[in-house]
Amino acid sequence: MRKLEPILWPLALAVALLCAWHLAVVWTATRVFPSPFDVQRGLAELMRKGLLWSYIGDSLFRVSLGYLSAVVLGVPTGLALGWYPVAAKAVNPVIQMMRPISPLAWIPLAIVWFGVGNTASVFLIFLASFFPIVVASANGVRNVPIMYLQAGQNFGLRPAALLRRVIFPAALPQILIGLRIALGVAWLVVVAAEMIAVDSGLGYLVIDSRNAGKRYDLVVAGMLMIGLIGLGLDVGVRRLETVRSVRWGFRNE
Amino acid sequence: MAQRGGAVVERAVKTKLSLRGVNMVFRRDGNEVNVLENIALDAREGEFVCILGPSGCGKSTLLNIVGGFIKATSGQVLIDDEPVAGPDPRRIFVFQERGVFPWLTVEGNIDFGLHKLDKAERQRSIRHYIKLVGLEGFEKAYPQELSGGMKQRLEVARALAVNPDMLFLDEPFGALDSITRLTMRGELLRIWEAEKKTILFVTHDIEESVQLADRVVVMSARPATIRRHVVIDIPHPRDISSPRYLELRDSIFEEIGLAHTV
Repeated sequence: MRKLEPILWPLALAVALLCAWHLAVVWTATRVFPSPFDVQRGLAELMRKGLLWSYIGDSLFRVSLGYLSAVVLGVPTGLALGWYPVAAKAVNPVIQMMRPISPLAWIPLAIVWFGVGNTASVFLIFLASFFPIVVASANGVRNVPIMYLQAGQNFGLRPAALLRRVIFPAALPQILIGLRIALGVAWLVVVAAEMIAVDSGLGYLVIDSRNAGKRYDLVVAGMLMIGLIGLGLDVGVRRLETVRSVRWGFRNE
Repeated sequence: MAQRGGAVVERAVKTKLSLRGVNMVFRRDGNEVNVLENIALDAREGEFVCILGPSGCGKSTLLNIVGGFIKATSGQVLIDDEPVAGPDPRRIFVFQERGVFPWLTVEGNIDFGLHKLDKAERQRSIRHYIKLVGLEGFEKAYPQELSGGMKQRLEVARALAVNPDMLFLDEPFGALDSITRLTMRGELLRIWEAEKKTILFVTHDIEESVQLADRVVVMSARPATIRRHVVIDIPHPRDISSPRYLELRDSIFEEIGLAHTV
């Protein structure tokens, strides 16, 4: 019983919210807003048509592609900026200027550059997750205690070895925090990214279900799936934080 | 008392470290701050030298200069008759316990400086030093699972594993509770006698310096100059209530201008 407790309360709350939702729909006798059962029927319909899994797969594919290229480019960029303060000073205003620009605002340019389709939406996801990763990695390097660097040099490490054996592992907890934030943002942007004339994915499902026939049961079904998968992704990345060689960097463990 | 000085004098061999006319000036907000003034200091091979001075007097700066982490404004720093050009694995700096790498296990930390050895040698070395500092059973533990005293011993083990001929210790026991600190002093002496390293030990604790050192170098407040060298001619293990111990300790208290009543 005690073991179940951490699951029990969130579950109870979820059930309560579903009940409240259902009752609200019944009491207001709305014609537009779907009840939980409508959504469930909608999901079943999507499954029957084989659309649900393929949409989920397509969305995850785009997010993975955009996110992973942001990781591959963003971590080294951040490490370099953290290591060379002069470069960081030069680049920082640009980064801080780019960050508040919503990925939505990039849609027109993305279409001009990449046409309508997969590349443009992957680019948007990349853009959204790139900056948090760069900033976290740069901060991670900047915050490496000088003692670790001195100890590394004292043991005769040259710069390349110092980066690999001291700076990177010392900055890793902060980098992981950046990766987690970035993954959240990447998934957040999937709807916007799939507004660009792709014809699959959960974001497309939400937009298309409204545009073609006002199927609000499917709109909510899409939203629900986006939320659940986002939750799953977050739980997944959090697991990385419990790896023993980085756990020291997370005080709450 | 009869054997006073015996063990200490026998250790006298060649000069390991030699500082001549070392000055250090920091520039801060356009002002020049004199931190070290005309420091002259020698250490013999195998000697245990304590550098004693008030907090912020520049003794850590001095240790960082000797360690090769910062360059003196002027003066000569020689180790084995060669000028110090930078950090060197032959002389390892031990920080307060915070210098161990939290992302590596006890084994991994000790292994850190051994990248030039082959695998069998590394294993042997790791086992030897884990035993020497009494961390058996904690080989796979991470530093955050260790107490402050254990972390400090781990850092000493990591330093010793690369077989340096000098150790620089910067208030290594400052963050420990007083009981652990006493134990650690005994451990350090035991290790020093077993491994015969030249040790430069920075502290602001008068008792600590008289308990540990062959010689205590008493420094003044900033700009730091050397006020006096006090040879501690008591063999180990030292009786810290013996008249000679108290005499030496009190002479340092007086030198610093403290009455030893509270």
